[in-house]
Amino acid sequence: MDFVNAIILLLNYIFIPALTYGSQLALGAIFVTLIYGILRFANFATGDMMSFGTMMTILFTWYFQSLGVSLGVLPTALLAIPFGIIFMILYMLLIDKFVFKYYRNQKSPPVQFAMVSIGVMFVTQAVVRIIIGPGDRRFFDGEKFIIKAREFKEMTGLNEGLALKSTQVITIFVTIVLVSLLFWFLNRTKTGKSMKAYSDNEDLALLSGIDPKKIVLVTWVIAGILATIGGALYGLDKSFKPFTYFNNMLPIFAAAIVGGIGNPFGAFLGGYVIAFSEILLTYAYKKFFMYILPESMEPNSLVQLLSTDYKFAVSFSILVIVLIYRPSGIFKGKVL
Amino acid sequence: MRKNLNVIAAYSIMMVLILMVGIFQSWNIALSIFNLCLISAVMTMGANIQWGYAGLINFGIMGYTALGGLAAVLISVDPVQEAWRAGGFDILMSLWLIVVMVLVIRFILKRFEKSKIRTYSIAAIIISGILLIRFSAEPGIEAIEAVDPAKTGFLGGFGLPIIFSWIVGALFAGGLAFIVGKVALGLRADYLAIATLLISEIVIAIIKHEDWLTRGVKNVIGLKRPAPYEVDLQTTDWFINLVEKFNAGKLSVIENLADRQAALNQLVIEGSSVFVKLCYSGLFLVVVIILLILTQKALYSPWGRMMRAIRDNEEAANAMGKNVVKQHLLIFILGSAIVGIAGAMLVTQDGLFTPGSYRPMRYTFLIWVMVIVGGSGNNFGAILGGFVVWFLWIEAAPISLFLINFFTAGIPETNALKAHLIESVPYFRFLLMGLGLLFIMRYRPKGILPEKIEIK
Repeated sequence: MDFVNAIILLLNYIFIPALTYGSQLALGAIFVTLIYGILRFANFATGDMMSFGTMMTILFTWYFQSLGVSLGVLPTALLAIPFGIIFMILYMLLIDKFVFKYYRNQKSPPVQFAMVSIGVMFVTQAVVRIIIGPGDRRFFDGEKFIIKAREFKEMTGLNEGLALKSTQVITIFVTIVLVSLLFWFLNRTKTGKSMKAYSDNEDLALLSGIDPKKIVLVTWVIAGILATIGGALYGLDKSFKPFTYFNNMLPIFAAAIVGGIGNPFGAFLGGYVIAFSEILLTYAYKKFFMYILPESMEPNSLVQLLSTDYKFAVSFSILVIVLIYRPSGIFKGKVL
Repeated sequence: MRKNLNVIAAYSIMMVLILMVGIFQSWNIALSIFNLCLISAVMTMGANIQWGYAGLINFGIMGYTALGGLAAVLISVDPVQEAWRAGGFDILMSLWLIVVMVLVIRFILKRFEKSKIRTYSIAAIIISGILLIRFSAEPGIEAIEAVDPAKTGFLGGFGLPIIFSWIVGALFAGGLAFIVGKVALGLRADYLAIATLLISEIVIAIIKHEDWLTRGVKNVIGLKRPAPYEVDLQTTDWFINLVEKFNAGKLSVIENLADRQAALNQLVIEGSSVFVKLCYSGLFLVVVIILLILTQKALYSPWGRMMRAIRDNEEAANAMGKNVVKQHLLIFILGSAIVGIAGAMLVTQDGLFTPGSYRPMRYTFLIWVMVIVGGSGNNFGAILGGFVVWFLWIEAAPISLFLINFFTAGIPETNALKAHLIESVPYFRFLLMGLGLLFIMRYRPKGILPEKIEIK
């Protein structure tokens, strides 16, 4: 019985939260990696673009709520996400037209692109804060839990409860569907294949008649979908705050690079690598050992490798180590 | 003279702008803007050395700034004897352990050929070392943090005058830059940017959470000053006389003696804070001028020419026998050390150290905007960038408030949109910075004062 308790404990505090957080990171990381692979720059406006998409979703959620439209047990935000995506894509295309296109035509070095994306970052941050303000916002409605910890205990008679939030299930489900669709698109359709070709060798792709304008357009559309859904899922699960989104850019970058930048599948797995290592290394295992070890060997301390304050530092350290020893990432990304 | 005309014109306009703030808003605000402009100028000089001279991208400016600030704390705060007695021994032991660990790793690296076993054993040493240090330092850290946590709860510093910290801050930042440079400088430009950004976040995380050393988010307040205190000035005779002499005309108009005394008191209070700020301005100006002379000399020296050669064509410079790796490391350390000075100056001026306030927007990206807008590769340009951008950063809110009021003059105060806009005035500074950066990069990619290479 103690063993089952220990497993439930790990599931409740490590596995499910890490899977959720990892999915949110993974969506952002695929966004970063697509932009890097196809448009060829590190987009420092990632976090703020995600916060823009989430903001639009929140605005539409409020609108639907004011109309009295709802999805019952599901959050209204799910209904608002498609509208958020449309505005996000429009915003990205607008920025691309007025900012990035010029440098693309000039064939500027990646560093210049990165600098420009910092300008975009400032502007997007301003836009988001002017429209919705810098405060913390929760826009979740509907049923909060699928399984409550207390109910689970009563149901199974175990000591440990397993709480399953509906946002966690929604996040994981949506991520699986979206990522499968994306990989199907990239690997099976003609446009997807031409995107891959363009990313591998631009000149050769152009020679074989691939239209660069279309590639760029499709890339931004996919990026807009990923950014909005990733951001909205994070906001539903935790809360929406522009500053947090800006900060999330860092673990997202870490995930993209750890997975091998330019490689979407690597970025997808990288998100989970980062999330699991952050949570595994900062979790206090005292209770876990109390269950599995005999009473005489119970630990006195918290058995915590690093304090939770260093959560971010863990992912950055992993990234630095990867950058130094295997700069192309775990799953062999592009160029370096 | 003619060719320096644009430099002189740009600086004159900047000075006039600051003077206008002094005349229309207050001298206090003008001077605090001026002081922070000077500090920003030091930071941009540091970033400019790395980016403009050598083409190295360093997004870790925040980390070096914070280390400089930490130096100010460690130098100027009096040592907390009780904390040293409680946990000093454990901390020193851990320090020794770190030194031993580094030496062992160095020994292994030197002694054995590169192999998988070597890599794994080094990783094992690092991990077990960290665990060992954690367990050996734990009781000491707990004891230190338990010493009067409301007031101290940390080891304190050396109790020296805070001015020394400017040099120590440079050393700290340079030391960190040495480690970072050794590790990360081989990376391609955009990877280097990400790596340095993340490393600076790690530095901030450590400073925030190692309370025994830095007091963490509890902040260190009331640091010593190199300048006199306002309260002391207000009771000093020579200062009161000075203020009286300055404002003789204004005071003589007031007939009533009591009123005149009250007016004088008010002026003394205002004057004292202006005077203190002027002291800081003097100190900062000295630093800026010294650094400017040194960097200009370096720029036009053979070393500077070599750096430009490396920046413009690494392979060619390498082929000419220049040690690119070594020079990159050197310039990375130098630039970061200058940023460290600025970090110490900043904490000196504020008189408090708040690790929670170090955020990449303010301390990394804004500095980069300054360098790009001012003109990378040109020291005068970088300094001007520091002035212009900081000035706009502060004055953006009043300017945008004015503009909003101007354009919505016909709309009543109660209009929801107008109220919302006025409420979000502080965020227009981000918009201004972003647009400024985008426009400069598009239409004047070399900055306001572009790099000029004179071959003498």
